[in-house]
Amino acid sequence: MLIESRITNLKSTITMIQVHQISKKYNQTTVLNIDYLEIPKGQSFGLVGNNGAGKTTFFSLLLDLIQPSTGHITSNAIQINTNENWKSFTGSFLDESFLIGYLTPEEYFYFVGDLRHQNKADIDVFLMQYAEFFDGEILNNKKYLRDLSKGNQKKVGIIATLIGNPEVVILDEPFANLDPTTVNRLKKIIKELAENPNCTVLVSSHDLQHTVEVCDRIVVLSRGQIVRDIQTSEETLQELESFFAL
Amino acid sequence: MIKKFIYLENKAFLRSASFGANLVMKIIIGLLMLYFSMIFIGMGIGVFYILKKMNLEPLSIINKFLIYYLLFDLIVRLLLQAIPVLNIKPLLVLPFKKNTIVHYALGKTSLSFFNIIHALFFIPFSIVLVSEGYNVTGVIFWHLAIFSLVYINNFLNIILSNIDKFFIFFIALIVGLGAAQYYNLFDITSFTAPVFQNFYELKGLFLVPVLLLLLLYGFTFKYFRKNLFLDTGLSQKADVATTENLSWLNQFGSLGTFLKNDIKLIKRNKRSKMTIIMSVVFLFYGFLFFGNPFHLYVNILAGIFVSGGFLFVFGQFVPSWDSSYYQLMMTQNIPYRGYIMSKWWLIVIVTFISTLLASFYLFFGWETYLIIVIGAIYNIGVNSHLVLLGGAFTKTPIDLNSAGGAFGDKKAFNINAMLLAIPKVALPVALYAGGFYLGDKTLALSLVGGAGVLGFIFRNKVFSIIEKKYKSEKYSTISAYKQKN
Repeated sequence: MLIESRITNLKSTITMIQVHQISKKYNQTTVLNIDYLEIPKGQSFGLVGNNGAGKTTFFSLLLDLIQPSTGHITSNAIQINTNENWKSFTGSFLDESFLIGYLTPEEYFYFVGDLRHQNKADIDVFLMQYAEFFDGEILNNKKYLRDLSKGNQKKVGIIATLIGNPEVVILDEPFANLDPTTVNRLKKIIKELAENPNCTVLVSSHDLQHTVEVCDRIVVLSRGQIVRDIQTSEETLQELESFFAL
Repeated sequence: MIKKFIYLENKAFLRSASFGANLVMKIIIGLLMLYFSMIFIGMGIGVFYILKKMNLEPLSIINKFLIYYLLFDLIVRLLLQAIPVLNIKPLLVLPFKKNTIVHYALGKTSLSFFNIIHALFFIPFSIVLVSEGYNVTGVIFWHLAIFSLVYINNFLNIILSNIDKFFIFFIALIVGLGAAQYYNLFDITSFTAPVFQNFYELKGLFLVPVLLLLLLYGFTFKYFRKNLFLDTGLSQKADVATTENLSWLNQFGSLGTFLKNDIKLIKRNKRSKMTIIMSVVFLFYGFLFFGNPFHLYVNILAGIFVSGGFLFVFGQFVPSWDSSYYQLMMTQNIPYRGYIMSKWWLIVIVTFISTLLASFYLFFGWETYLIIVIGAIYNIGVNSHLVLLGGAFTKTPIDLNSAGGAFGDKKAFNINAMLLAIPKVALPVALYAGGFYLGDKTLALSLVGGAGVLGFIFRNKVFSIIEKKYKSEKYSTISAYKQKN
């Protein structure tokens, strides 16, 4: 009843992701427990928290990679753990296990493109936009993904999530392991995504400043609980910094 | 220092993924190890008396074929024995002397299964020799010489292991020498047998291989000591990548996407390349059976194996081939059915090609080839499904880059996979034997073939079941694949 009334209140903005009483327990230890969370369409959503706060667990639940102990998540009104259709509009990169090591970057992009109904020519055009981001180190380099450095692997993984204009983009720690120049270019890319009203971006990070810069809204997780839920403003960074100060 | 290393090894062994699984598994592994040890010990003791009974002089016969034994050993090592260099990495920054680390790594290889297995054969054999009145010092010297040669193989393998071509070279060498001997063109053993025999007869000659071994150890030691850096000896060789489009596969839609990927998977990774080599080896499996009238009932077994090499070696580990990026597969816009189907097609295509290649069995008569064709039909209709179904429960992640871990590496030793193989083989044999019991060979063959055709007809139904199993096992598969590090 309560949930239903909230949904009607928010009719004006379309809800993309809804979390209902989700929790994840491993041997009696609760690592995540979110009662209710709603992410409207087009929002850029930042998740911050210390190690073990439950960020990756939350994203894994969002991608149906682990089984929730209770509750469920819906994405575009599709319940994630029972219906697979969310896969067609969701792009995600959590870690290197999302890369196929024995492919070249180009082949990897074509492979992901094939799965999202983009032909080779589409992908070639798509990749052109990111020439600056790749900084000449990714394409035509005669290297398999497994032989690229961690940072370059990450660049490939992040860009691959954007193939085929997904409506939901999920990036776990996108800024970690990248050089400062690339971080700035990545921020630009995420901001552009955030401006697209059809694209909901979810980003997690340890770095408060980066997150504040690219996100409209920031949720702080601590020991699996939501402890802050802030619409980004001038004071947000300060507020967050004081929260995490010892 | 050594104590610390032993501590590490002990932990590595007891905590390896498959060994740590459960008690039943440990007992089965223990029994299997015992079984193989007994076989080798039995052979070591028995071979003397068998040869004696055939009125042959055991030691000289062994010496005659020793050259092939050693060459074959080297090939097996090149294929299967893993080099433990990578485990060294975490030790580099700890306060160990570099010399100690290298001695440890090399010493560790000398305790490997691939050396001990020879001891199980040669020690009983030597004991029997002594007890049968052979000269004690002569036998001891001979034994030392042979063991030095075994260990020379061990270190040769370490030096040569990074070069794939050597493997082909040695196979060609063995086949060439064997053929030359068979057709009486050139007999290598006439040169080597006296040498081996002299290890026994001439005192002191055994020092030659022992010295060679010491030299080789020194050389290997120096080689590793010099290259004990992350960017030289310890680095994994980066291949020059080529982008392949394989666009002719595009016409198969999403099936083509996966097939493209699987072809690259097989071509570009050591471990999966092995499956192709193994499939070729399986092609010749029939020679063990055909032309041998005693094996009437088991002929079908050969029929299954000849075309089923790829099915058994590759199919066994679906979906573990994709284990390193399984999370990606689970989040992409991939219909499960398409994924499974593409693996199925790959298995079917290779089985079909194997069957065509196996047409040289027509030399044994069309009836022999018919058995192979029937076996292939059964493989395509029934075993291909069984193997995929089994895959839902195979949760050992595969490290694509390590060569041949399938047998050599204790971590990848998988009892589950072996148990799952039993119905694939036992069922057709039962059908075949049943057919013989109730009627004749025609009935027997048509029973097996019929089962295959039925399986093929109902494949959509079977795929639905497989798909459901994969889905219900999804979460535990993902978490198992994550544990690889």
